[in-house]
Amino acid sequence: MRIPPRAVHVGMLGILWSVTLAAIGTLIWIIGWVLWHGLPSATPHFLTSMPQDSGAEGGILSVIAGTLFIILGAVALATPLGVGTAIYLVEYTRENWVTRVIRYGADCLAGIPSIIFGLFGYVFFVITLGLRWSILSGSLTLALMSLPTIIRTAEVALRSVPQGYREVSYALGATRWQMVLRVVLPGALPGIVTGIVLALGRCMSETAAVIFTAGTVLPDRIPTSPGDSVRTLAVHFYLLATEGTSESQPKAFATAAILVLAILVINVSAYTLMHRFLARYR
Amino acid sequence: MIPIVEATGFGVSLAGSSVLRGVHLQVHRGEILSIIGPAGSGKTTFLRCINRLSDLVPGTQVSGTLAVEGRDVFSPGTDVVDLRRRAGMVFAVPNPLPRSIYENIAFGPKLTGIRSRDRLDEIVERTLRASVLWEEVKDRLHTSGTKLSGGQQQRLCLSRTLALDPKVLLLDEPCSGLDPISTAKIEEALQDLKKTLTVVLVTNNVKQAARASDRTAFFLMGEMVEVGETGELFTHPRDKRTNDYISGRFG
Repeated sequence: MRIPPRAVHVGMLGILWSVTLAAIGTLIWIIGWVLWHGLPSATPHFLTSMPQDSGAEGGILSVIAGTLFIILGAVALATPLGVGTAIYLVEYTRENWVTRVIRYGADCLAGIPSIIFGLFGYVFFVITLGLRWSILSGSLTLALMSLPTIIRTAEVALRSVPQGYREVSYALGATRWQMVLRVVLPGALPGIVTGIVLALGRCMSETAAVIFTAGTVLPDRIPTSPGDSVRTLAVHFYLLATEGTSESQPKAFATAAILVLAILVINVSAYTLMHRFLARYR
Repeated sequence: MIPIVEATGFGVSLAGSSVLRGVHLQVHRGEILSIIGPAGSGKTTFLRCINRLSDLVPGTQVSGTLAVEGRDVFSPGTDVVDLRRRAGMVFAVPNPLPRSIYENIAFGPKLTGIRSRDRLDEIVERTLRASVLWEEVKDRLHTSGTKLSGGQQQRLCLSRTLALDPKVLLLDEPCSGLDPISTAKIEEALQDLKKTLTVVLVTNNVKQAARASDRTAFFLMGEMVEVGETGELFTHPRDKRTNDYISGRFG
């Protein structure tokens, strides 16, 4: 028996709708659940005061500051390296064995479990270079971890800039660098920013690599130097949830809620800023 | 007087296979020379060698010589950036950059370091007038160039190239995607531009060559079959293949 096309259409539409709904529903469920449990304890006082009694009392101000320093440091280190590599791959060289090695290396780097990065960071940055458990060690390790994401997203973004724009730039007397700077990079910016935001999010939610390199010590003041040891939001949540007492559970959920909200805020503000920039540029 | 573009036994091969052979052609100052011929005849390849955009195609090899204003285009010492300003190009597909009309035109001058608002304003107005576009866009210079119609975009591209102050204008089938009215406007602009510069017009449209150019060269399968005064070539072609092409027997 033949199924009428109309029925196939309605059936498929139904299936696709429910699949989409399931995906979005799961996301909303998780975020909602975290916020539901966390927000009641995430008071302004919680955000603006220092932790006490291993986090069971007080707030997370020093943890928020430490997290910001580490992830901004990581992205500040990884962005020029990653975008530079992508520009080299796309604009300055033809496909050959060198580009294949770079790309394969980046893919391998992306596949390494984060705890291995943590171990490497511990052995190399913390011990060998003597940077101790610090913001710097953490940022360097997270920068290595973010590199593949930034390289590959920037590469895709650069390649998606129409070839015609490059031809036009050359025909109008641009040097290669002028072409890259004035035509290709602005065109690729949305994709590059997406990669950076993705990397920020990953750095922010990373625990294993950070425990080994930035430490777990809970500071009672805002860090003032890259050499200070810090505890990030994700690590703080992990430690409170696994090692804390039942009294510290509300603080753990509040930390998780702030972590989730912070990632949302970073995403939204990055895209807003970018669109404002592009609107002025166009 | 030295011809503004001069090809002497010029040939091009791409990855070993020859696409252009033994071209002898001179373009004189102040003329419009059109190059006609069927697809694959090498006319666009020839045009893109004049401003070295051929560099973008890996595996391109040239033989013979090609000179612009008496200077060899392919000699190692050539300043390619300067060459591309002297020999400005307009492409077959209108391709404004994703920025305002004003910024599209200011792009080239800004690369050379012109920053003065007054100078740029002057260049924008002069080149838009030259391409018969000023009246249509003067009130919206800061809106996106990609929002214009196809014909307007192509005239914007012409303005943008003129802003480089080129000596020779290379047009690669500039009207291939345009309606008759836009085409007429571009041809009108060319007649005016001829007073100050030289135009090489590659076209698939035999009628356009007959209408708009002083001399015409006919390319076929990588060779230049003949070149002559446009009126002469269209009424008394010396070669039978030229006659067959212009009378529409193939192509």
